[in-house]
Amino acid sequence: MNRTLIILITVFCAQVSIADVMRIAVTTSFENSGLADVLLPAIKDDLDLDVQLLVVGTGQALRLGEAGDVDAILVHSKAAEEAFVAAGHGTHRREIMYNDFVVVGPKSDGAGAGAAANAADALGRIVAADRAPFVSRGDDSGTHKAELAIWTLAGIDIADLGLRYQSVGAGMGAALNTAVGLNAYVFSDRASWLNFGNKGGLVLLYQGDPALFNQYAYLPINPSKNSHIRNDLAIQLEGWLTSQKASTLIDDYQIAGEKLFTFNASSP
Amino acid sequence: MTAAFPLILSGVQVRRQGKTVLGPVDLTLSANGTTIIVGPNGSGKTTLLRVMHGIERIRVGGVVWENDDPAKHAFVFQTPIMLRRTVAENLAYPLMLLKTPKDQIDLAVDHWLGRIGLDSSRGGQATRLSGGERQKLAIARALIRKPDVLFLDEPSANLDGHATREIEALLHEVANAGTRLVMATHDMGQARRLANDVVFLLNGRVHEYGLAEPLFSTPSTLELIAFLRGDIVS
Amino acid sequence: MSIDEELWEISLRSLRVTLTALLIASIIAIPLGTYLAVQRFRCRRFVISIINALMGLPPVVVGLVVYIMLSRSGPFGVLNLLFTPTAMIIAQVIIITPVIASIAHQSMRELWAEYHDLLISLNTSKWQRILTLIHDGRRNLLTAALAGFGRAIGEVGAIMIVGGNIDHVSRVLTTAIALETGKGDFVLAMGLGFVLIGISILVNLAIHTLTRTEREGRW
Repeated sequence: MNRTLIILITVFCAQVSIADVMRIAVTTSFENSGLADVLLPAIKDDLDLDVQLLVVGTGQALRLGEAGDVDAILVHSKAAEEAFVAAGHGTHRREIMYNDFVVVGPKSDGAGAGAAANAADALGRIVAADRAPFVSRGDDSGTHKAELAIWTLAGIDIADLGLRYQSVGAGMGAALNTAVGLNAYVFSDRASWLNFGNKGGLVLLYQGDPALFNQYAYLPINPSKNSHIRNDLAIQLEGWLTSQKASTLIDDYQIAGEKLFTFNASSP
Repeated sequence: MTAAFPLILSGVQVRRQGKTVLGPVDLTLSANGTTIIVGPNGSGKTTLLRVMHGIERIRVGGVVWENDDPAKHAFVFQTPIMLRRTVAENLAYPLMLLKTPKDQIDLAVDHWLGRIGLDSSRGGQATRLSGGERQKLAIARALIRKPDVLFLDEPSANLDGHATREIEALLHEVANAGTRLVMATHDMGQARRLANDVVFLLNGRVHEYGLAEPLFSTPSTLELIAFLRGDIVS
Repeated sequence: MSIDEELWEISLRSLRVTLTALLIASIIAIPLGTYLAVQRFRCRRFVISIINALMGLPPVVVGLVVYIMLSRSGPFGVLNLLFTPTAMIIAQVIIITPVIASIAHQSMRELWAEYHDLLISLNTSKWQRILTLIHDGRRNLLTAALAGFGRAIGEVGAIMIVGGNIDHVSRVLTTAIALETGKGDFVLAMGLGFVLIGISILVNLAIHTLTRTEREGRW
């Protein structure tokens, strides 16, 4: 009786699809870049594959992968990714491309972050000047972890900063909104910043330090978790993402005349 | 039709919030006619009626009908309860509960609407009727299932003279047609006009019970004498 | 897909999800609220208090619980419902059923107090009482349902988690607004917000017109 009920409900609720469908959890910074709008149609054309994107924070993407609710994830947090694979949640990690982080702040730049020698120096100047606060995503995302790494490089303990450091626990867009509202400094990925529609009185102040490079990796989820995981499609997509076609699309992608991502996938 | 009587109440008591509002009451009501219950306000008339009808829970004592069929009673409340529907729908409601066929319902509704003179209001909301019209509707609704006995709790208490007369006329017709009436009233004139037998309640006890004529002309207790005179009795 | 087509798509999806949730929630909540008004039983006050308390359940928490239930690694994962409109409907049903039940119960209780003596006197069965109350109290029940609608159409936390805000699959007006706000595109977000309010007004108007509640004497 119970079994019949489950079968009936499954049939009732089953999503009938003609093309192949796979789900990927991606980070908000990837979505904000707008690159998906270029890649997805091409994927559909070449592979007849409908890619459903769940745009979540890095932490949630990893959780979804762990639960087996998605077929692959695309994130940018190397340490977390390696742990993910080591724990058996993902089969492997494949580097696809990188973009970079930038330091954004008030046009007046009272702290002189724009003239810093490197990223750590920029953050150091911001808190030393204590003119405008610093807004952090504080959400354990790839961007947040990268930001924390710079603080460590600068030898600064954020616990000592008091009100100079505002942790909002939110996504990139929300953090940027808050920063604009407070006329504060903020650590952002380049794509999100370029695409952000509400820049207010903030401008890009510091960029270029290699410590700010942000590597994106693609991780197929371990199919042994459950029978719904389309590992076949995940591998197919991986092949496409590391192909010449993808390489061209990614390198050619620009916002306001600026290149965003650099393709750096190598043979497996 | 009146096979349900006699009605025997033995040792009936109703308590509310620690006080005895009715009882102990021992009463046997006979088969025919119209019984009127009189007594000052607060003497328990409403409670007694509700006990007899069976909508009041009694802890002590028993109410025994010769032949009880609950569908054969009907009750008219002091403030008529109108369903939030049209006049015709209110009338039809008790028959709908019995799953009576529609054509029979329509016949009955038409009959009663004519009898109480509300035919022109049949499609209007019952809640917009005047007090007298509502009470007539309530009585008609109570009678539409042809009950053996009709209980009425001071039906014309809040009505003007004209409405009261209409209602008494209706009750007179109905009683003559054989329906047993048990009615509470504080209108002594009404009591004299309609009663076959009378129950005089005082402080929740039956003080006197008997045929109307002798009771009104030669009351036996001082309290009843005072009450009939119009004094305040407690 | 042009902006207009996209707008149509997510608006219709919003309506479909919320109206379906409303229908299911009402079917559960209205008889429940009415039953609680007419039937006395020992834990009745307790049940009513629980329902009232559930009204304050944060939608995000509901979303989280439903996600855990529907996740492939969860008890109902085999149904493969996660990240679909169906999952969103489930979450919204859970959120709005207490709201509708509570409001329905309140007005049914008042109506029952009015009808109590008459319906008992007429020897009605429990079921007949419930049907009579629902029929005669339908205007107030409609208000209860519309309150549920309002709660659902503007909800974003739960359906974001269980629906995933997937483009062309589970994106609705509220999640789209959240997305555009996050991107800093306030103009678009506001525009979508106005569409949402407009739809809400239209639904309310449509329902009131269909039931002719303002007509003289019927209210």
